[in-house]
Amino acid sequence: MVEITLPKNSKVKEGKVWPKPEGATNLRQYRVYRWSPDDTENPRVDTYYVDMDDCGPMVLDALIWIKNKIDPTLTFRRSCREGICGSCAMNIDGANTLACTKGMDEINDAVKVYPLPHMAVVKDLVPDLSVPYAQLSSIEPWLQTVTPEPAKEWLQSHEDRAKLDGLYECILCFCCQTSCPSYWWNGERYLGPAVLLQAYRWLIDSRDEATGERLDNLEDPFRLYRCHTIMNCTQACPKGLNPAKAIAEIKKMMVERRV
Amino acid sequence: MSKSTATRARPVSPHLQIYRFTPTMLMSILHRITGGALYFGMVLFAVWLMAAAGSKEQFDFVNGLFGSFLGRLVLFGYTWALLHHMLGGIRHLIWDTGHGLGKQTSSRIATANLIGSVVLTLLVWIVGYAFRGGF
Repeated sequence: MVEITLPKNSKVKEGKVWPKPEGATNLRQYRVYRWSPDDTENPRVDTYYVDMDDCGPMVLDALIWIKNKIDPTLTFRRSCREGICGSCAMNIDGANTLACTKGMDEINDAVKVYPLPHMAVVKDLVPDLSVPYAQLSSIEPWLQTVTPEPAKEWLQSHEDRAKLDGLYECILCFCCQTSCPSYWWNGERYLGPAVLLQAYRWLIDSRDEATGERLDNLEDPFRLYRCHTIMNCTQACPKGLNPAKAIAEIKKMMVERRV
Repeated sequence: MSKSTATRARPVSPHLQIYRFTPTMLMSILHRITGGALYFGMVLFAVWLMAAAGSKEQFDFVNGLFGSFLGRLVLFGYTWALLHHMLGGIRHLIWDTGHGLGKQTSSRIATANLIGSVVLTLLVWIVGYAFRGGF
């Protein structure tokens, strides 16, 4: 359902302005979404000042700096700090991306940081991803075959292997998934761009033998066809992949198998 | 620490309120809005046809209404909505073939959609007035 405004318990209030670090001259303002399950307050946006002479160039560097130097209660996911684990996906400067690969020099003025949009918030910048994970498992993202297993391995030509390029690189950060207005309004039933890109990754794998069943599973007004080519997914993907294109290819496969 | 995590409902993170509009996102919502506006425009067109099939008085009345400044403004808007929605339809047709979905290309197509609709609308009205020989 389209709900343009936020429910009452989700309305964001102006939060605390934390003191500027002493003696620092090169400051960067950060506006960060905060919500704690441990009190009764609504979400708020806190203001921090980061000493840029003491901090790395990426948004994640600044968040870690804030956590270490100003406010240890600030909560976010992070791990690899090099764009391969997908943990630090969040909304930065109005678009979903990875905090570790987003340079502060790409952003004008204050850096606004929110959790991935239209998700249940666990705490601060940590969204609950159990729905997209369940959706991912619903498309059975593994190789399925009926022919007897070969003695060594499933072979694939170079041409067929090349079809997986632009798909296998997905790190499941869900930046695209949560950038999609269709997913915001129908996230319970629409599988969303990240999961559909994964579905397509198995659909065009020459070794997979469950193509028909996979397409049957997607033939649904909501699961697949809620994609209205809004294209936020492709704009957001921090790995430069194209979920919108993958979805268009699935829709084409649906038509092709009918004619 | 008044309530435990188990009992406190989690908030929904901000979405439309914070997401920066991209050209494709803007064109998507405009496609819907113009699509909705076309229903209303169709009613105007039907009224005009019915008046034409009715009597001279009715037809003159509706023509007068549509020809007034406000009427023309609405018709101008209808022309834009029609052309915008038509170009949007072509845009979606291209995308449905799997082409033009690149990050930059799709944004350019969306922007061209907007510029094209405004230019075509102006063109239609200029040509229309030229045929009438003035206002």
